[in-house]
Amino acid sequence: MSEAKTLFQKVWEQHQVVAETAETPAVLFIDLHLIHEVTTPQAFSELRERGLKLRRPDLTLATMDHSTPTRTEQVFGGQPITIESAAKQISALERNCAEFGVKLLGLQNSQRGIVHIIGPELGATQPGKTIVCGDSHTSTHGAFGALAFGIGTTEVGHVFATQCLLQRKARTMAINVSGRLRAGVSAKDLILAIINKIGVSGGTGYVLEYRGEAISALSMDERMTLCNMSIEAGARAGMIAPDETTFAYLKGRPLAPQGADWDRSVAQWRQLPSDPGAVFDAEVDLDANMLEPMITYGTHPGMSLPISGSVPVRADDAVYNKSLAYMGLKQGQPIGGHPINVVFVGSCTNGRLTDLQAAASVLKGRKIAAGVTMLVVPGSQGVKREAEALGLDRIFLDAGAEWRESGCSMCLGMNGDLVDAGKTSVSTSNRNFEGRQGVGARTLLASPLTAAASAVRGCVTDPRELF
Amino acid sequence: MEPIRKIVSRTAVLPYTDIDTDQIIPARFLRTTTREGLGKQLFADWRYNADGSERSEFPLNQPQAAGCTVLVGGRNFGCGSSREHAPWALYDYGFRAVISTEIADIFRSNALKNGLLPIVVDDATHQWLLSNPGAEVTVDLESCTLGLPGGRSLQFAVEPFARVCLLNGVDQLGFLLKQDAAITAYEQSHWQVAR
Repeated sequence: MSEAKTLFQKVWEQHQVVAETAETPAVLFIDLHLIHEVTTPQAFSELRERGLKLRRPDLTLATMDHSTPTRTEQVFGGQPITIESAAKQISALERNCAEFGVKLLGLQNSQRGIVHIIGPELGATQPGKTIVCGDSHTSTHGAFGALAFGIGTTEVGHVFATQCLLQRKARTMAINVSGRLRAGVSAKDLILAIINKIGVSGGTGYVLEYRGEAISALSMDERMTLCNMSIEAGARAGMIAPDETTFAYLKGRPLAPQGADWDRSVAQWRQLPSDPGAVFDAEVDLDANMLEPMITYGTHPGMSLPISGSVPVRADDAVYNKSLAYMGLKQGQPIGGHPINVVFVGSCTNGRLTDLQAAASVLKGRKIAAGVTMLVVPGSQGVKREAEALGLDRIFLDAGAEWRESGCSMCLGMNGDLVDAGKTSVSTSNRNFEGRQGVGARTLLASPLTAAASAVRGCVTDPRELF
Repeated sequence: MEPIRKIVSRTAVLPYTDIDTDQIIPARFLRTTTREGLGKQLFADWRYNADGSERSEFPLNQPQAAGCTVLVGGRNFGCGSSREHAPWALYDYGFRAVISTEIADIFRSNALKNGLLPIVVDDATHQWLLSNPGAEVTVDLESCTLGLPGGRSLQFAVEPFARVCLLNGVDQLGFLLKQDAAITAYEQSHWQVAR
């Protein structure tokens, strides 16, 4: 009998070009290299300086998302992009892709969007693939049973030149989630609870595999939210075994296998889930039934609490107090009712259609509170079209929110969509680090439901109060 | 790339836990197409006031931190974004090694490719280093030892291949390019990626 293997082990072994030794890491083949404007210019320069070709343009897909404007007049209306350095980065990607023969979904392309939204949407993300990108949220693609992780720009250059990476095999951690999420509790709340439990460095050195009844019941959009934030627990990758939900999502998408290749692929994908009895290096158990909506209160994604809770009391902890001072919060203060100024719905964490539907379900027939600014930024132009076909844009606009073109936007503010210093935002994005949404900005991470409910009341609000 | 063999320096200390790469270099400075000159933006939002003047209380702005090439940070250094601009900025500023009890995976991988040595130490050593900014330390990459004042020294682990590359000042791409035949054979034997 052969050894029982985990999903990660199977994908890893299928991509070893050369196995690792004590002296050298494994040479790992990469099936899909997603690229964008921010982390590639220096890698393209390296190719040019060394006279190297890009080995597999056919396995490389480019888009632009981080520095791109979200204002329609700058994307489609011929108005100049306000930030000159952003415009330069965008034109550099256009030149680089043209020179090296890489397919680019450019600024006005109807398939453009956040790199981690469009890979799945186009069907390029598939079970069993190795997928990398110069972006830490590449872990998102693990929702399909792919081994997907973020890399630096030097490694982007390695993949350009060789379609391979030098990698040491990670350890594995099973995150077993029993039960079912209750109404009003989403995948975002689940991943915030997981990060809270294992800590922001608890996953360092591991690939996570999310398993159990609660995980099987999630939609692909929800699974992507979960895997997306694996990196916020320190894990470069998070994976979920492919199943019928996965196959149904992918079938018929433009870059998914077609015809006989589809059947052949599905047969292979069915072999991927971890074998019964496969051993993980670590295991963590959670009960989904016990969860409430979660929200962060501090300056990293592990500093979260149930929305009915209060900011924890910790005596004499200077680092903790520094964090709370930055956030303008006090020990022991209930988080519910804390006043807010800005709401952001979007990002690779929560910028998919079902996320916008969740936010719209709360906002329908309601107005956002006076003094609150709300930005809704679809994760891709495809998501934007689908949302508009369902009339979601009208719901957001009627409520007083802004409806923009797709991009990373206010998740990290590289394109100028920023939260002002001292203002508090409830954001559906992934990082509440100091200054992440703007110098001095205070970020509370939450689900689209919680973000929308908080927009309506003008303060941190449990969405279940508005159902 | 310059080889690293031995680093002798006083330490600069940032006693904060979970120093993420957004702090090391904020996102607005990533709108660049080169890797040079990022040192002036290192820890920008901690180092400078809104008017561009230096914050005197920030440890790297204090006179005793000048010229230090070894940085000691709190637990879980380099978490967050994969931006290689973080080690580029640290290196450009002058740092050659970063010491903590935990160093985030992507940051560590990026640092090793840019002549910046990530060193993980035990809690007791870390506490001592955090409490003694300016201590003179000796990092010896050949023997993988960290020497502390008073003759104490301890071993640290470095991924063996990265260590050889750092000792010789060569990058890792050369090794990968030599795998061309194996890569071609792999491509030909897997229908999904055959050309």
